[in-house]
Amino acid sequence: MSDWQPSARELERREVRRTLRRRGVLVATGATVVLVGALAVGVLSSPGWPRVQALFFDGFHARESFDEVAKGFWINVQLFLICQPIILVFALAVALARTARSPWLVPLRLLAVVYTDVVRGIPTLLLVALLAFGVPALELQGLTTSLLFWAGVALVMSYVAYVAEVFRAGIDSIHPSQVNSASALGLSRAQTLRFVVVPQAVRRVVPPLLNDFVSLQKDTALVSSVGILDALYAARNYGGYNFNYTPIVVAACFFIVMTVPLARYTDWLQRRWLERERAGAL
Amino acid sequence: MRLRRTALAVPLLLAAAACAPVDDEEPETAADACATDALPLVTPGTLTVGTDSPAYEPWFVGDDPTNGEGFESAVAYAVAEELGFSADQLEWVTVPFNTSYKPGAKDFDFDINQISISEKRAKVVDFSDGYYQAAQAVIALNGSEAADATSLEDLAGLKLGAQTATTSLTAITDVIAPETDPLVFEDTNAAKQALLNGQVDAILADLPTAFYISAVEIEDSTIVGQFQPETSETEEFGMLFEKDSKLVPCVNEALATLREDGTLEQIEQEWLSDVVDVPELQ
Repeated sequence: MSDWQPSARELERREVRRTLRRRGVLVATGATVVLVGALAVGVLSSPGWPRVQALFFDGFHARESFDEVAKGFWINVQLFLICQPIILVFALAVALARTARSPWLVPLRLLAVVYTDVVRGIPTLLLVALLAFGVPALELQGLTTSLLFWAGVALVMSYVAYVAEVFRAGIDSIHPSQVNSASALGLSRAQTLRFVVVPQAVRRVVPPLLNDFVSLQKDTALVSSVGILDALYAARNYGGYNFNYTPIVVAACFFIVMTVPLARYTDWLQRRWLERERAGAL
Repeated sequence: MRLRRTALAVPLLLAAAACAPVDDEEPETAADACATDALPLVTPGTLTVGTDSPAYEPWFVGDDPTNGEGFESAVAYAVAEELGFSADQLEWVTVPFNTSYKPGAKDFDFDINQISISEKRAKVVDFSDGYYQAAQAVIALNGSEAADATSLEDLAGLKLGAQTATTSLTAITDVIAPETDPLVFEDTNAAKQALLNGQVDAILADLPTAFYISAVEIEDSTIVGQFQPETSETEEFGMLFEKDSKLVPCVNEALATLREDGTLEQIEQEWLSDVVDVPELQ
C-alpha cells in the first residue's frame, strides 16, 4: 500500500494521450466509412448491378444451395484437419534433411532439395489431377483408388514442400552462437537440434506457418477439380443447373468463416511477440 | 491523364446508354425481321456461334467445330444457311459451359453445346426450340457387375458417376437413387478415366455421347442400356441465347424449316444413326 500518486504532469500527459487516441479512432472510423460508402455507392449504382445481384446475391438460391454447399464444406474441413498435422511432421523432416551436415547424409540432402524444388514448381491443381487420376491408373494391388485419398496426398505433398522451406528459414535464422554454446555444454548435434535449435526455430516461424495453414484451408477447394463434391464443386454444380452463381458466394462465405479467425489469431500472436521483443517500444 | 481518360469515357457511357433503348422500333413483319441484314448480331455480317472446348464426338468431329462434321456442327451450319449466311460467314468461339450464362453481353449469337432446356435456366438465358431429344445411357466395362444389369434397380447398389450439371447426374439422383453418392466429373474425360481406374462402376451420359465413348474411347466397355428419365421437364437440347435476344424467333423459324424439310432428320441419321438396338432399362 504505497501512498504514491501520479503527479499532475503525469495526469496531464495521460489526458493528452487519451485525446490523441480518441482523435485517431474518430479519423480512422470516418475514413473507413467514407471509403466503404463510396465503394458501395459505386457498385450499387452501376448499370449492371441488378443483374449481378440476381446472379450472385440471390436469397432464394442461397437458401436452396446452402445444404449442398455445407455438406461439401465438411469435406474441406476434414481434408484440412487430416492434412495439416501430417504436413507439419513431414515438412519438419524435410527441413532437417536439408540442414543435415554429415557427409553420409548427402544423398538424403540432395533428395530433399530436389523434392522441394520440383514439387514447389508444380501448380497444386496439376498435382491433384496427376495423383487422383494417375496413381489409380497404375492398377497397383493394394493401393486405394479413392479420389479423396489421393487428392489429399497431393495437397500434403505440395504443402510439405512449402512448409519445409518455412522451417528451414527458421532453423537458419538461429544464431550460430546457440549451436556453439550447445556443443560447449557437450550436447551432440542431434541433441542440439532437438533441444536448442528446433524449438526456437518453430517459435520464430509460427506466423508464416499459420499463413500457410490459411492458404491450405483455401486450397482444399482444389480437390473439386477431380470430381470430389466439396463446397466449391457443390456450388458450381448447383449453378450449372440453375444458371446462377450465388452458391459460389455462399461457398466463399464458408471459407471466410473458417479462415478469418485463424488469420486474426496469427496477427494477434505476431503483435504480442513483437511487443514482448521490443519491450513496450511499439 | 487518368482524369482526361475518365472524361472521355463519360460521353461514351452516355452514348451507350442513349443507344440502349433503340429496341422499340416500329414492329416489322416477321419475314423482314429475319432478313439476313436485319438480324441483331454480335459482329455484323457474321454469325458467331459458341461451343465448349474440347468439343466432343459425335457432336463435333476432331475437336474442330469449323469442319461442319458432327451433329451439332452440322446443325449450326444448316441453321446459318437457313438464316442466309454462307459457311465462311460463321465464326466459332470457345465458350466453357459455366461461362455461357454469365451476366452481361455475350460474345456469341448463340451457344450450341448439348445444353438441356430447363425452366430454371430459361430465367437467366433464352433457349431455342429443342433440336435433339436425348435418352440417358449407362456405360460399364465388359465383364463387370454393372455390365450385367438389366434394370435400373440393378444399378442402385453400384458406384455411379456423371458429368456436373447434366441431366445424366439428375437421372442418377432422381431415377436410380443409388445407395452411395454419385461421383461428379468436370467433363467426359474425367468420367472415362475414373471408369478405367475402377473409381466408378458405371458412368451415365446422353446416348450419342455414350455410344462414342463405348465404341471409340474406352476399349472393352459396353452400353448397358438406355432409359428416358421421367421428369417434368422435356429432355431436349436447345441453343442458348442472351436473355431477350431478338435472334431466337429467327433461329426457331430456321429450325422449324429444317425439321419440316427433313434436313434435321438427315443430319441426325448421318451422325447419330447408331442409337438403335440398345436395351431399355426399366
